Amino acid sequence: MEIIYLLIPIAIILVSVALWAFFWSVRQGQFDDLESPAHRILFEDDEQLIPDDARPAKDDKQDHKS
Amino acid sequence: MSVQRTQALAPCFHCGLPVPPGTDYTTIIGGEQKSMCCPGCQAVAQTIVDGGLDGFYRHRDASATTMDSRISSEAHLADELALYDSEAIQAEFVRHTGDEQAEAMLVIEGITCAACVWLLEHHLSQQPGVSQFSVNMTNHRARLVWDPSQTKLSKLFGEVLRIGYKAHPFHPNREEQLLEQENKRAIRRLGVAGVGMMQVMMMAIALYAGALQDMEARFVEFIRWSSLILATPVVLYSARPFFLTAFRDLKTRQLSMDVPVSIAIGGAYLASVWATIMNTGEVYFDSVTMFTFFLLIGRYIEMQARHRTGKAGNALLDLLPASATLLEEGREKMVPATELKPGDVVLVRPGHTLPADGIILEGSSAVDESALTGEYLPISKNIDDPVVGGTINVEHPLKIRITDVGPNTRLSAIVGLLDRAHAEKPVTARIADRVARYFVLAVLITSATVAGSWYFISPEDAFWITLSVLVVTCPCALGLATPTALTAATGTLRQQGLLITRGHVLEGLASATHIIFDKTGTLTEGNLSIQQMQPARELNSINPYSIAAALEQASEHPIARAFHPYFQIPSVNTRVKVNAGVEGEVEGVRYRIGKPSYAAELYQGVTPDQPDHERQWLLLSDDQGPLAWFALDDQIRKDAAFTLNVLKRLGLKVGMLTGDDSSAAARVADELGIETVKQGVSPDQKLAYINELQSNGASVIMVGDGINDIPVLAGARTSIAMGSATDLAKTSADAVLISSELERLALALMVARKTRMVIRENLSWALLYNLVALPLAAMGFIAPYMAAVGMSASSLIVVGNAMRLSRLPRIRRKLRE
Repeated sequence: MEIIYLLIPIAIILVSVALWAFFWSVRQGQFDDLESPAHRILFEDDEQLIPDDARPAKDDKQDHKS
Repeated sequence: MSVQRTQALAPCFHCGLPVPPGTDYTTIIGGEQKSMCCPGCQAVAQTIVDGGLDGFYRHRDASATTMDSRISSEAHLADELALYDSEAIQAEFVRHTGDEQAEAMLVIEGITCAACVWLLEHHLSQQPGVSQFSVNMTNHRARLVWDPSQTKLSKLFGEVLRIGYKAHPFHPNREEQLLEQENKRAIRRLGVAGVGMMQVMMMAIALYAGALQDMEARFVEFIRWSSLILATPVVLYSARPFFLTAFRDLKTRQLSMDVPVSIAIGGAYLASVWATIMNTGEVYFDSVTMFTFFLLIGRYIEMQARHRTGKAGNALLDLLPASATLLEEGREKMVPATELKPGDVVLVRPGHTLPADGIILEGSSAVDESALTGEYLPISKNIDDPVVGGTINVEHPLKIRITDVGPNTRLSAIVGLLDRAHAEKPVTARIADRVARYFVLAVLITSATVAGSWYFISPEDAFWITLSVLVVTCPCALGLATPTALTAATGTLRQQGLLITRGHVLEGLASATHIIFDKTGTLTEGNLSIQQMQPARELNSINPYSIAAALEQASEHPIARAFHPYFQIPSVNTRVKVNAGVEGEVEGVRYRIGKPSYAAELYQGVTPDQPDHERQWLLLSDDQGPLAWFALDDQIRKDAAFTLNVLKRLGLKVGMLTGDDSSAAARVADELGIETVKQGVSPDQKLAYINELQSNGASVIMVGDGINDIPVLAGARTSIAMGSATDLAKTSADAVLISSELERLALALMVARKTRMVIRENLSWALLYNLVALPLAAMGFIAPYMAAVGMSASSLIVVGNAMRLSRLPRIRRKLRE
């Protein structure tokens, strides 16, 4: 049980590091827009990154939304 | 464009409006031919596809805004945008960051979904010289970093326009900077409370488990000290707003809900600190942090909704143009509208907005004053007539001598009225604050009595028993009763398309006795459409709709716009006569459309009688005689009648206030069964009417959309703006009906009433719990751990009860009955 004398202080230090990082990210404006990042991950703008041999066949590309 | 005919009546692939039958604007997107409604949309879609950004159409979940056809006349626009290259104008919003880079803050108009953000960022980043372009979807602001030596700013503005959006320079005012700071501070407080709560909770579990397994006292003491360290920032930093408002309220001798909340947080924290230092009693750090965190979540959501409506930046931005064409010794010169002085002469082209108040020197035209009066039909103006800044010139170029600028204009006067209305708005005490007043007094008196009595019975127990009384009566459940219910209801209504921006709305809706609507744009669609066509004689080969549309195509007059969807064949030699009609040739035959007398001149015969006198009729004629009648009217919204019926059934008195003094107002009222109608009233008369109602004890909901409604929106106890309203109207209203579907109003009213019921249940439960627990604690029967369990259980019951508000089916069913 004596180990908690070491572990709890470490936990408190980690928490303060996390809070510092959080404050930093707020200051950087990372929390200004809480809406678009949720959608952004779904955008397929990485087409040029897909190697040719891994591309799906042309005819199963029927996902157009109208 | 293309040979293949696309299917008629499919919605425009770009903006979602119906494609007028017979038109043929198409773009090939993703290998398929898609039809567009107008050349504007087509140009935008083509730019998007050419830039390789057609992924936009796959990602978006809302239609883009319609592009006006002005985009096709790029040469003209380039002129206007060139203004943004001038040093004087750039000085206001551009910052030079050294090494050939400049940074500008912009506001983008027309963003509807996340795909718009994606499209804008990708398109602009592809432009030469642009090193960074990021768009914030929440407040529609963009940050542009570019190299001015490579690209002109006006070109980048043009690129934004080319893909269907509009960019304006962003000048943050003092108020907005404060909002941003408030937002960041709130996020930091929430984060600290969340992290602190989780850590303290872990320690608490160790303590609870330790109590059961007989943990050694030295470990218990160590864990308590650790909890103290973790809980301190939560109380001192995150919970500060509660302490500050409580302190302010106490100074003004008021008791709001923040007072018992602060007593609970502060009291439990101090008691736990005391217990930790003295190594006796119990600690309540877990309850303190959890309570703070839950309350902060509620406040944060409320604040976000409040900020959302004020996002577009400068409130008058929409109404006044950025530039004006100044006439100096016969030469035209583009200047920023803010540099105009009284006495200047400006030229206003058709379709442009007047930059300031003035008098017409030359020309006659129709002016669209809908922004000020709500009236959608333009008013004809001649030499020496006064005109108002912010209104739109519709037909012919006008030369205007400026008489008033800045704060002296009519538009500013209306904004001034808004401030006054805000100041006079009746203050409504929240039900929780009323309860809090008695509650705090009761707790303080009881604690004092308990402390006094125990001091005589056994002085050494007095402190701990008094403390347990305070902890047991900790108003957690009471404090959570209202905010949780409001948060749940606000979230539900937001999903249903009603954005609540101020805290008192739900109570205002629930207790409303009157609901007053504006007419144009609220009960009606706010634009003219063709209701009926009546042939005057045997028809020849061409459909009268096509002839009328061909003649009206060139004009931007609201009457002409009603015909635009039917455009098929072009007309030549088209001439517009102000306040009369249009003349032109279609496939070799001369036609006239307009006022009956004007159309009759063409065949030099008798003017026929119009079919009825209730609506506005236009006559189409050729040189043989009259051809067809068209009835034009502003359409009543489809769900208006149903909504008004439900509202009446709910016991509300329905009324209508309108600036329109024609017979149209009476007809709308008649058709919808509205009894109280005030027509032909000015903005301050509207406000006076509402104030009179409210001083007689009525609780009024005002629903409106135009600039002319702003004072009355601000003055009504509860006000709701339509989603299509101007930004200024939205910011002065308490809630925004995003979807513009009136039916949601009835739903909101029912949700609000249910919310009021849930709040009452919650408050009664919290009071009941306290009434039972208090005497037991006062007599010293309650062990501290029992107090903690009881406290958590009662809070959970309150939260669970509030969550019922997020389930809608039952309310929906009731609405349909």
